[in-house]
Amino acid sequence: MIAASLQVLARALAKREVSSVELTHLYLDRIARHNPQLNAFISVDEGCSLAQARAADERLAKGEGGPLTGIPIAHKDIFCAQGWLTTCGSRMLNNFVSPYDAAVITRFKAAGAVLLGKTNMDEFAMGSSNETSFYGPVRNPWNADCVPGGSSGGSAAAVAAALAPAATGTDTGGSIRQPAALCNLTGMKPTYGVVSRYGMIAFASSLDQAGPLARSAADCALLLNAMAGFDERDSTSVERPGEDYCREIDAAAGDRPLAGLKIGLPVEFFGEGCRPEVMHLVEAAIAEYRKLGAETISVSLPSMQLSVAAYYVIAPAEASSNLARFDGVRYGYRAPEYQDLNDMYSKSRAQGFGAEVKRRILIGTYVLSHGYYDAYYLQAQRIRRLIANDFAKAFGQCDVIIGPTSPSTAFKLGEKAADPVQMYLSDIYTIAVNLAGLPAISLPCGFAGGLPAGLQLIGNYFAETQLLNVAHRYQQVSDWHVQRPAGFD
Amino acid sequence: MSLTLEQVHRVAHLARIEISDGEAQSTLGQLNEIFSLIEEMQAVDTRGVEPMAHAQDVAQRLRADRVSEAGTIDQRAAFQEVAPETEAGLYLVPRVIE
Amino acid sequence: MKAWEVVIGIETHAQLSTRAKIFSGSSTAFGAEPNVQANAVDIALPGVLPVLNRGAVECAIRFGLAVGAKIAPRSVFARKNYFYPDLPKGYQISQYELPVVVGGQLAIVVGESERVVKLTRAHLEEDAGKSLHECAGANFHGRTGIDLNRAGTPLLEIVTEPDMRSSTEAVAYARALHALVRWIGICDGNMQEGSFRCDANVSVRPVGQTEFGTRREIKNLNSFRFMQQAIDYEVQWQIATLEDGGTVEQATVLFDPQSGETRAMRSKEDAHDYRYFPDPDLLPLVIDRQWVDEIARQMPELPAARRDRLATDYGLSAYDAKLLTASLELATYYETAVAAAGNSGAKACANWVMVDLTARLNKEERDIGQSPISAEQLGGMVARIVDGTISTNIARKVFDALCNGEGRSADEIIASQGLQQITDGDALETLIDELLATNAAMVAEYRSGKEKAFNALVGQAMKATRGKANPQQVNALLRKKLG
Repeated sequence: MIAASLQVLARALAKREVSSVELTHLYLDRIARHNPQLNAFISVDEGCSLAQARAADERLAKGEGGPLTGIPIAHKDIFCAQGWLTTCGSRMLNNFVSPYDAAVITRFKAAGAVLLGKTNMDEFAMGSSNETSFYGPVRNPWNADCVPGGSSGGSAAAVAAALAPAATGTDTGGSIRQPAALCNLTGMKPTYGVVSRYGMIAFASSLDQAGPLARSAADCALLLNAMAGFDERDSTSVERPGEDYCREIDAAAGDRPLAGLKIGLPVEFFGEGCRPEVMHLVEAAIAEYRKLGAETISVSLPSMQLSVAAYYVIAPAEASSNLARFDGVRYGYRAPEYQDLNDMYSKSRAQGFGAEVKRRILIGTYVLSHGYYDAYYLQAQRIRRLIANDFAKAFGQCDVIIGPTSPSTAFKLGEKAADPVQMYLSDIYTIAVNLAGLPAISLPCGFAGGLPAGLQLIGNYFAETQLLNVAHRYQQVSDWHVQRPAGFD
Repeated sequence: MSLTLEQVHRVAHLARIEISDGEAQSTLGQLNEIFSLIEEMQAVDTRGVEPMAHAQDVAQRLRADRVSEAGTIDQRAAFQEVAPETEAGLYLVPRVIE
Repeated sequence: MKAWEVVIGIETHAQLSTRAKIFSGSSTAFGAEPNVQANAVDIALPGVLPVLNRGAVECAIRFGLAVGAKIAPRSVFARKNYFYPDLPKGYQISQYELPVVVGGQLAIVVGESERVVKLTRAHLEEDAGKSLHECAGANFHGRTGIDLNRAGTPLLEIVTEPDMRSSTEAVAYARALHALVRWIGICDGNMQEGSFRCDANVSVRPVGQTEFGTRREIKNLNSFRFMQQAIDYEVQWQIATLEDGGTVEQATVLFDPQSGETRAMRSKEDAHDYRYFPDPDLLPLVIDRQWVDEIARQMPELPAARRDRLATDYGLSAYDAKLLTASLELATYYETAVAAAGNSGAKACANWVMVDLTARLNKEERDIGQSPISAEQLGGMVARIVDGTISTNIARKVFDALCNGEGRSADEIIASQGLQQITDGDALETLIDELLATNAAMVAEYRSGKEKAFNALVGQAMKATRGKANPQQVNALLRKKLG
């Protein structure tokens, strides 16, 4: 059961071979058993989850279920869920029980999915290792001494250890794709604007995008069907006709299902910087794609090397402003002692935020401040344009871009924690995608030293269906994605 | 370029984050490392490049001028349940002096 | 002693008359229980997002058209970052580099002369909440209470060039702007409730100097009288300071109506660094020509055009036409009255509106929208003056009766109270014959050359008819009888 795909679970639920309550119990038990070791969940509310499961069973009994009805899903603790503690991994929100639901939560509720729990994450999604969480680091199920990646590390660890069949995450600079790569999962960041940001606690508004973390592209497609859609409450939500993200996956195909597909290989992804053992696996996957009928060509993204620099101006700038609302007035942490209003602000924020969040707020405040705006913020926005233009040019020559997701497999806990710059550079392959607003997916492509590596596919705007299919076709001829870590049976 | 300790204090004050001298000192070192990474941008000639503030090139959608939520005392109570300090429906803060 | 020149620029925050807030679906109605009209977006819960209200944009376009400004085809919302408890997000959404309305001008009249004040820009932004030190008897043990009902109310900030040279000009501008925003229906202009608030940037310089002096900004002037007093005090203070060899430091000051003085604010002592940047939650506001044209078609005739037309169409003096176009309601009232009275009653209508009606409204502290006599009623009454049914004197009785609700129309009151003028010559002649017979002494006096006696006789005739006799007719008959 715990190895089953979402489609198989849905079928079992629909046929009443298993009830949602049973399934939910199964996962709640697994969480109770394994979470103390992994620290993947911040909140679990058995009563609430089981009530939702019972409601789902009633729907299923009436034959009114959809593809996700009754399936327990874990949500990153960045999504506001009414009546649930919603912490964003921060002491600042340690006491924040949300009075409302995020759009993503509402959509999963409408689909009849069960909210299984809220997963651990880097504080305010700022991190690539899940070590910045106020609730402590998450451990990688493949090796408990290693990080699961971040910032959606709790969601990734939960799904990898089968504490949840699937989970949601958010991706501002790689926060879905990198933990997916480090935990042997399939994770997708959709085109900016495809999933509503309403109720998703903002880190960097122009880059943030929610997406699924699951065991296969097919599962991701099912999840995205529930998550995606226009929302009038989000000005950046895109109005497009409804899309069935499973459409291409479900279509019949021969033994060369990707014939005619042009895959672009950016020279910048295949130079120095990537560990050879990871590169080796990526190249093997590319060879497999050629067997599936795809043609590969070389493309170039010359400005991509500047993406980390531009990102570490734009994201902190937006974050410094987005996080100004955490002032201890209307919700959240307020320092117990202070002298006056400004002292209350400064102490509440100093005590409520962790070191990495404060560091980024200071960077962001500085780059926006008088006299530095043009040199940093505007320059970063211009470089952002150059990066987007590079992709536009590349997509004039190819359909999908392929490269590694992360330059290495999971690193040790504490290995980079004291060196922000090294940590930032681990997002070198994922950040440019957020700056351009493109969709991308990471999928398992093998193991090095017992740790999984991820292959990244980047598509053109709104090419999610195609991207999911390209990932799926590889998963039909490979079995990396069905490998599971030991000790979680 | 590199930051000064005074700039760190000024930025921390703007951001309303209390910072001790010791913290400011260690933060200064980290920020300077990060800024040396960021400085790579400065070598690029971006004259004539339109800054990109949004991931999509579309216009703002407009909402009809309609009251979509009638506020209620119950709703206020729900919102204020998570507030540090309230009285008579107001959020309380240390005295504001004009 | 040097001669000084005063330089004033004004920034006005006009609350726009939309139903909902600028970025949320909460009501903008004034006077609700604290924080009841503050929804998740207004209190800035984590994760909420703004969506722009079309109604607020329309108000900005109307204003731009009314002042002959350029409506920007593309404008951008920015975040103005600062911490203050009435600012829930820690930033105000405003427009900075690219405002929605650029340029424009407004004509003002000072004394006999008319001049033009140039506008720099007008931009959309959100209002903040309110800080209260006491509320309904509770004083919060020395703390401040925050009410966010006002947070997110749409504002149009209208900024002038430093174009005014006296407090009188500044007040004339503020009054003209106040009349205009109400005229085009974008702001209710209620200054007590804070719907229309002015900040004045004031500096002085020696006459002949081209550079501006250092300015101080007087915040939150919420009446025209205070504006005049505050600027006068500030100007005198700046001149005195400079003449004493002191310097004026740039500052934000508040006006204390009690003392009549301005004083620098204590808080916000930091050098401001608002770190403006484009709001990533909002996309550029794009306004196409078609939308502007559509709004232009729905615009009311503007005050200046209306004034000129009233003068031409009804033969009114420029002064009268200006008075009658002080507000759209007044102008509409006037023209509705004329429509009922007929064009030959246009001048009489103007006098009735400007004299009798205005006096009555002032006495009862009402505005034209609450007039006790409708425009149709007033016009109907003037029609009866014009056709000779009643005299102007009798009309005052009819006017009062209509104001007091004694009848639905002038005709009804004239009939029920028997106020119709006696114009029947035979009846009058009989009456005057009797009068002369019973007042022989007066007749004798008149004949001995005392003209006053004639007036007394007219008075007797009017008294006998309870004022309903036509005075001209009485005069003529008396002269004839007395030879």
